[in-house]
Amino acid sequence: MEEQREGRRPRREGRRPDHHRHHDRRPDHRSEHRGGPPSPASHGTGPELTNERILVLPGDEIDARGLNPGYGTYREGGKVFASVMGIVSLRPPIARVIPFSGPYVPTVGDMVIAIVMDVGPTYWLVDLRASHYAPLHHSGTPWKIEYGECGEYLRPGDSIVVQIEGIDPTSRIMVTMNGDGLGKLSGGILQMVSPTKVPRIIGKAGSMIKMIQQYTGVKVVVGQNGRIWLDGSPEGILKARKALQIIDVEGQRHGLTDHIKLFLEGKEDG
Amino acid sequence: MGSVGAKDVPQLLDANGKRIDGRGLEELRPLKIEAGVLTRANGSAYVEWGENKVMAAVYGPREVHPRHMQENTKAVVQCRYNMASFSVDERKKPGLDRRSQEISKVISEAFESVLFVEEYPRTSIGIYIEILQANAGTRCAGIVAASVALADAGIPMSDLVPAIAVGKVGGKLAVDLRKEEDNYGEADMPMALVPKSGRLVLLQMEGHMTAPEMAQALEMGVRGCQQVYEVQKDALKRRYAIQRPTEAV
Repeated sequence: MEEQREGRRPRREGRRPDHHRHHDRRPDHRSEHRGGPPSPASHGTGPELTNERILVLPGDEIDARGLNPGYGTYREGGKVFASVMGIVSLRPPIARVIPFSGPYVPTVGDMVIAIVMDVGPTYWLVDLRASHYAPLHHSGTPWKIEYGECGEYLRPGDSIVVQIEGIDPTSRIMVTMNGDGLGKLSGGILQMVSPTKVPRIIGKAGSMIKMIQQYTGVKVVVGQNGRIWLDGSPEGILKARKALQIIDVEGQRHGLTDHIKLFLEGKEDG
Repeated sequence: MGSVGAKDVPQLLDANGKRIDGRGLEELRPLKIEAGVLTRANGSAYVEWGENKVMAAVYGPREVHPRHMQENTKAVVQCRYNMASFSVDERKKPGLDRRSQEISKVISEAFESVLFVEEYPRTSIGIYIEILQANAGTRCAGIVAASVALADAGIPMSDLVPAIAVGKVGGKLAVDLRKEEDNYGEADMPMALVPKSGRLVLLQMEGHMTAPEMAQALEMGVRGCQQVYEVQKDALKRRYAIQRPTEAV
């Protein structure tokens, strides 16, 4: 497995199978005042209107400055309010709240670490930490499998790296294990963090994760669902895991990268 | 309640109009809330309100169990209100009884109206409220804890939900009744509301009040809820205080 895993790969725009379009339209399907799922990839999609970090709680009014309400917001009586606790982000054309915590909202193209929950005759049911289990059909794996033999390849409890291929309007999730960097994980450990902290774990252009790998020598695979696989020397794993825990707890802190760097250099405790 | 002899009824209001624990009529018991106290749950909160001690944990949205309760257009809100056997003076028989089933149901319905349930079809949002120590007003304390836990879990909701009981003791309306006032008072009316819109999401009553008293009690309840609301917000802000850089040595 390659060590470096960027959090968000470039989407294969323009050649998506038809069923993906359901997902693209999803914001319109949702109740009229809500926006789409959070997109941590939004770094750099537009200039931030304010550098101020505004903390909001559910029910707090947001000065959206005419922007469209996105994740973590709702519109009522012409005003925009927060629906989750987090930091306001005003990047045209969307005003959203970057949540401190929350469920993993699957997005097409996400690479996630799944855990096999159940085995069927031609598929597995896998847990992505999303609101539903996702079926992984045997055609979505690199193996040639006879009917009823799925259990010989993946068993409940196994960890796999999969990509989200599509989500239908009733939030049924389709995943595949065919692709670059996808497959079964063996060895190593899994560390859970809040899915909302994954962008901080990756850092700008993978800087944070590169730093952790550089200082600890462990292999790191980051799933967008907040499951992180670590493999390497026991000391390295423990140190990398502690660094991830710090980011998870203090993700919204100023000067996080410097803090983690000092921790990895052994100059500062967690 | 009616069978208690007059001489057994404690003096609920003294000559100065102070209540049995020295509070004024619109004075709340000390309220302390801490968010994010459990690591396994998606969100959690612990509330100490007077002598009430309540823990709330929230899970979800997740798959619905049992499957037949699943709804194709929205999430189901499954609340379980439970009193620990050691929460009251005489040991309470553990498990669901008629009272806790009713409270679970009304709390589920209260939260269903503030959570964006249509966002999460075919899922369940689980709210678990454990009463560790009871001293009247546990359903209100449970709602207060649960709404902080829901916000801690990051589940989208239109507002936090404060709750409070307003009652009638010694002929006067009073907020946030304690045990003696609940047992020997004339009325007890728990209520929960959405502060932003002023919409009531839970209103129950036991005992007797006149219509003007009821109107006044509602106003007192709204004011009480505002105070509770501030404590809820403070608990959440403390949980995620934006940390300033520490001076690196």
